[in-house]
Amino acid sequence: MNNKNNLKGWLYLLPAMVFVGVFMVYPLLDVLVYSFEESYNFASQTYNGIGLYNYSYVLHDPYFLQAIKNTFILVIITVPLSTGFALLISLALNSLTKLKDLFQTVFFLPYVTNTLAVGLVFMILFKKTAYSEGLINLLLNSFGLSSVDFIEGPYWAKMFVLCFYTIWVVLPFKILILTSALASVNKDYYNVARIDGTSKLRIFTKITLPMISPSLFYLIITGFIGAFKAYSDVVALFGTDLNAAGMNTIVGYVYDMLYGNSGGYPSFASAAALILFAIVLTITVINLLVSKENVHYQ
Amino acid sequence: MKIILENLTKKFISRDHKNSVVIAVNDFNIEIPDGKLVGLLGPSGCGKSTTLNLICGLEEPTEGKIYFGDIDVTNLPPENRGVGMVFQNYALYPHLTVRQNIVFPLENLKGPDKMSKEAMEEKAMEVARLVQIETLMDRKPSEMSGGQQQRVAIARALVKTPGVLLLDEPLSNLDARLRLQTREQIRRIQKETGITTIFVTHDQEEAMSISDLIIVMKDGIIQQVGKPQEVYNAPVNLFVARFLGTPAINVFKGQIKDHKVYIGEDAIMDTKASDQEVYVGIRPEGFVPSEKGVFTCRFDRIETTGRDTSVVCHNENCISDEDIRAIVDDDLYTHKDKVIRFNLKVHKTYVFSMDEKVIDE
Ligand SMILES: Nc1ncnc2c1ncn2[C@@H]1O[C@H](COP(=O)(O)OP(=O)(O)O)[C@@H](O)[C@H]1O
Ligand SMILES: [Mg+2]
Repeated sequence: MNNKNNLKGWLYLLPAMVFVGVFMVYPLLDVLVYSFEESYNFASQTYNGIGLYNYSYVLHDPYFLQAIKNTFILVIITVPLSTGFALLISLALNSLTKLKDLFQTVFFLPYVTNTLAVGLVFMILFKKTAYSEGLINLLLNSFGLSSVDFIEGPYWAKMFVLCFYTIWVVLPFKILILTSALASVNKDYYNVARIDGTSKLRIFTKITLPMISPSLFYLIITGFIGAFKAYSDVVALFGTDLNAAGMNTIVGYVYDMLYGNSGGYPSFASAAALILFAIVLTITVINLLVSKENVHYQ
Repeated sequence: MKIILENLTKKFISRDHKNSVVIAVNDFNIEIPDGKLVGLLGPSGCGKSTTLNLICGLEEPTEGKIYFGDIDVTNLPPENRGVGMVFQNYALYPHLTVRQNIVFPLENLKGPDKMSKEAMEEKAMEVARLVQIETLMDRKPSEMSGGQQQRVAIARALVKTPGVLLLDEPLSNLDARLRLQTREQIRRIQKETGITTIFVTHDQEEAMSISDLIIVMKDGIIQQVGKPQEVYNAPVNLFVARFLGTPAINVFKGQIKDHKVYIGEDAIMDTKASDQEVYVGIRPEGFVPSEKGVFTCRFDRIETTGRDTSVVCHNENCISDEDIRAIVDDDLYTHKDKVIRFNLKVHKTYVFSMDEKVIDE
């Protein structure tokens, strides 16, 4: 009886397992294999040996090191800032009584707008051309500061635009999640707290934050993963030749190694992809460990 | 602390129909004596919770004043009123242990009232012992039964030794047995602490059993205030008569003619009132079966529910229910005829005018 049930269970799982197997497990294994095959040749599908050379090459490639640096800066700046801003804006939205829906819609608009379109708007805001200085530069000038080329100028300026843009793009989704998390906290908790004379700050840290901690944690984890996988946003701002711009990311590097101008190296691409995988896995595990203490599921 | 409500009124903009106004609390004038347990009783939606919220300061009154003792607290924020409140769903913080929940209000104290950790712990244990949860201090609310959570909520409300304790339907989430136990607990805790307590419920039996005083309300208006038995014995109107008592009072259409009260053809009692159409209410325990009884009904069956034996019968003038229930003293009572006659106990029989006010003979 038990065995029969087991068999049935597996049978029901089969379609999903086939799907996951073909489209997720197999490619992952394939990438793993590629990453250890040295001097793999695409055309002849041959390789010279098995070893760690690909990893060594990638880890010594200045472009890859630059990509790692860029990605980490992006992650470290944008994840806390975007989550923090989203929380502030959600708290403000939640305390509104009138026009709440209007503002919620306004904040959600960037989410349904195409990345490249938003990128274009940012170009117009920040780019310095022969004809115009760009809106931001005009603003800077009006404060008596000199113009900066944000798109092709110094590294910090480009990084600033990238972080600004990334925060802008991820903000709406976070606001959406957090406003609904805040709205679902039972009002009686706040009423009890008011009767007990709890200060605003204490209500926030001791009641609101723990109550929305599952949503917050979800946003932080997906935020980390999303930022580590940044690519299309960077292309939208700085074009496809990211190595030249010094603005490449890890995923960008993987792409370039496969299809870029200097591409055709699936082994190097695979090694880089697995390094990214290891980084994301480590960060996620750390997140999960930290969350055990601080996230309260009901 | 005694509580005085003076012309207290709360109007809301209706949730369903914009622009129309709901008067949730309508011109309350009442003095709640110090140290009593008061039951605020009425059907769902009659404004009980709103009254409590006004007293604790979560809502601002549209009109009127609230006094605690001699102090006008109408414009004081909730935290300065010295009230403890227990919500229907308890509102225990789910991420904190019982101990942390109880200590929470104490940790809010500032300035000269600030307490040391040891003092807080001691105070928390004191109230925990009072409500008998001292062995559960390190559990989370989700690891406790409804009755235990309820007691934690009471402990948290009591920990600052409030002058007034407010309980909003504290028993409605408990099963029947637990409800009986817990209401005795609440009675005991109130007695031991002597804190003026207002207890909201829509269950008349609950209110009758533990209150020193009950306030019956309907549609935001106070109907009657008094000791439970007094209100039960002398309802001022048909609503109060029907709301109190299980099984419910039997109500009939009748008339007064030549100083006699008639139900149909039966003259059931004398009255001094003038001729008019009336409602007659007869409590189930007001019927005495008798061969020569004044009130005639069609016999249906005899029902025995544990303690009570009741005669179920019919009369075309009855408007409260199809079945008339008459509780009889004799638990071996039998009856064979199609017709049954009763004499009526005068103090269990009430006559109401067409505007539902009681007529005193
Ligand atoms: N915040 C509010 N806005 C609009 N109407 C309300 C509000 N609170 C209560 N009411 C209305 O006031 C009436 C009394 O409500 P309530 O005090 O909760 O009743 P009870 O506790 O006796 O069931 C109801 O008709 C309810 O719909
Ligand atoms: Mg209520």
